[in-house]
Amino acid sequence: MNETRLREHVPAVISILRRRGADFAAAEDAVQDALLAALTTWPHDPPRDPQAWLVTVAWRKFLDHARSEASRRRREEFDALDPDPGPVRAVDDSLQLYFLCAHPALTSASAVALTLRAVGGLTTRQIAQAYLVPEATMAQRISRAKRTIAGTRLDAPGDLATVLRVLYLIFNEGYSGDVDLAAESIRLTRQLHAGVDHPEIEGLLSLLLLHHARRSARFTTGGALVPLPEQDRSRWDTALIAEGIGILQHALARDRLGQFQAQAAIAALHADARQAQETDWPQILQWYDELLALTDTPVIRLNRAVALGEADGPRAALAALEDLDPALPRFAAVSAYLHERDGDQATAARLYAEASAAAATTAERDHLIRQAARLNTEQR
Amino acid sequence: MAKYLLLKHYRGAPAGVNDVPMDRWTPAEVDAHMQYMNDFADRLRDSGEFVDAQALSPEGMFVQYGGEGKPPVTDGPFAETKDLIAGWMIIDVESHQRAIDLAGELSAAPGKDGNPIHEWLELRPFLGEQPPATE
Repeated sequence: MNETRLREHVPAVISILRRRGADFAAAEDAVQDALLAALTTWPHDPPRDPQAWLVTVAWRKFLDHARSEASRRRREEFDALDPDPGPVRAVDDSLQLYFLCAHPALTSASAVALTLRAVGGLTTRQIAQAYLVPEATMAQRISRAKRTIAGTRLDAPGDLATVLRVLYLIFNEGYSGDVDLAAESIRLTRQLHAGVDHPEIEGLLSLLLLHHARRSARFTTGGALVPLPEQDRSRWDTALIAEGIGILQHALARDRLGQFQAQAAIAALHADARQAQETDWPQILQWYDELLALTDTPVIRLNRAVALGEADGPRAALAALEDLDPALPRFAAVSAYLHERDGDQATAARLYAEASAAAATTAERDHLIRQAARLNTEQR
Repeated sequence: MAKYLLLKHYRGAPAGVNDVPMDRWTPAEVDAHMQYMNDFADRLRDSGEFVDAQALSPEGMFVQYGGEGKPPVTDGPFAETKDLIAGWMIIDVESHQRAIDLAGELSAAPGKDGNPIHEWLELRPFLGEQPPATE
């Protein structure tokens, strides 16, 4: 059984139940129950029409639940509903689910969890494992999210920016478990791109593909972080890069620039260089200026300083750092790198050790302490 | 979301305000304290922020590699050890401020005479495993 194919039906089946009169929260619960049933039944008894099977089972689960919960009057009302699914507008309705699950009233963690369940078709257990929390905690987070958006009309106009942010977070913030959240985020972004024509969706999809293309080169087999200039570029996925660049070019030709397109353009310039020395840093710097014009944040300024260091030398970049708050995440790491390039190994070693102590992840911490150790050993 | 450890100390944290040892409380005050902790954890379960809570025995020892072919060396427990962990709670929250607010709330658990003990709790962020893929 292909689990991803099974999950692709989930948003369409939720939509069909909703059209039969179920509210979103109940429909979503019923489909989750049907999904769990499918995961145990299908491996030895696969259905001929998977979606019809899911609709039948989910609708039965929904009615069972409604019968046990609701009044007799309500029950009769549901019994009278026409079980014929009618014409399937699955694509449109599924797309509306993206907007509902990324509703601005939700915290980002709730939106991520709800999107993964209702749009991605993951089980609560899989989501809980991916974010390293107990299943009960994740279940609670999802049911609270559903209460928060109860009453929102499915066809209410949504906010594309929050949808894209949620997909971006899914790509970036998965930890572990048996689900590849980066691949899942790309799958969901592709699905959105297939149904909604917008240059920023193209920008995000391009960005995710270009970063995903480098994934196997980002870590050694032992799990140590390999920084971009040192990555083995023959391990980059050229098919994903070509696809990402193609989608980006199509988006940029429409002349409606957004931050994901600008970030994808930077990623594309990195992907384009066969060796680190061939990187077109002046053009990357220009894209950082475009990005800053769209959204001026200290993190982007810090990244711009790195590009400036490569384009104009470490002195110019160190001068640019003076305008930034040293408490910024990765400030010390960037400063250490620039001091090393400027020939000040002692300061660089001290700053690498400082950056290691302030790192937010074990991979970065280990990488930075290794840099400090390397410089201190060289100086001995 | 970010995970934080709320660390409770038997020894090693600065003294709280209502710093009467638990064996000098009334049984009802002890019960009220336990109930407060349980209710706090239940609220976190309900809000989808609970990850784990564990208590540790104060009785422990130190263990060290003894060398090739030799058994591990054990030592202690040492009554003079400055820092002694009593237990922890792990939370998964939206912001650093939320973690601080929750730690403050937990520190308000009642002690002697039913007054908050104002215990100092140590708040430590978890390190993630991998940096974001979009560097």
